[in-house]
Amino acid sequence: MTAIIKPAPVRKSVTVDVPVATAFEVFTSGFGRWWPASHSIGKSALRSATIEPKAGGRWFETGEDGTECDWGEVLAWEPPNRIVLAWRIRADWQYDPSLLTEVEINFSEAGENATRVELEHRRLENMGAAGEAVREIFESDRGWSGILKNYVQLIEKR
Amino acid sequence: MVALADPTRRKVFELVAEEPRSVANLARTVPVSQPAISHHLKVLREARLVRAEPRGASNIYHVDPHGLGEMRAWLDQMWGNALDAFRNEINKAKERNNDGDH
Repeated sequence: MTAIIKPAPVRKSVTVDVPVATAFEVFTSGFGRWWPASHSIGKSALRSATIEPKAGGRWFETGEDGTECDWGEVLAWEPPNRIVLAWRIRADWQYDPSLLTEVEINFSEAGENATRVELEHRRLENMGAAGEAVREIFESDRGWSGILKNYVQLIEKR
Repeated sequence: MVALADPTRRKVFELVAEEPRSVANLARTVPVSQPAISHHLKVLREARLVRAEPRGASNIYHVDPHGLGEMRAWLDQMWGNALDAFRNEINKAKERNNDGDH
């Protein structure tokens, strides 16, 4: 089969008991307060992560040593209902400005003082564009299978 | 993507992503017939999302490390985990505010 593999987007949602504006505020300007420190691409441990509040704004992490690592940028900034982020992190954990995958987050009212947050991470097929190089990475222990293994262990320990 | 458009097939993929499983194991977990499971696995295999490893008389299905399945499964877990953390932060902030009211 030679068809291009197009993985379905990753879709997740959560309902929180706060108004839409608060949910948007915590998600964006509070991003560094809740983003799991284990999800970091920098050489130094993650101190914080930031979404700059404007279209074209940077999306990056700051390490304990103060170094910044880009993740991507803000493609659409529509407070308090929608943001679209470019996630430009390759399968080998490197930032690659030529890679485009998109993360769209929608905030909608779900009753009084409740907000439904829906997230979609799409265009994942672009991650496969590097072909063989990526394939090798998948196989190594440092690659996704290793990370997935570590991650599952972490979850099981909770 | 066609391979993951079907909800049952997606469920089968998610179960295999959790841990390697046999067709019999999947048929016990997902409420469809064993031939239906086998068909879903065939489609997932063709999309290189899972691969089969023979063990005895049957096959054990794994997420295919050559395909994008592993990465997608990882991102799926990562975002689930991230949104949980987001909800926890909201709940913590609410508790802090409630404490302030007393």
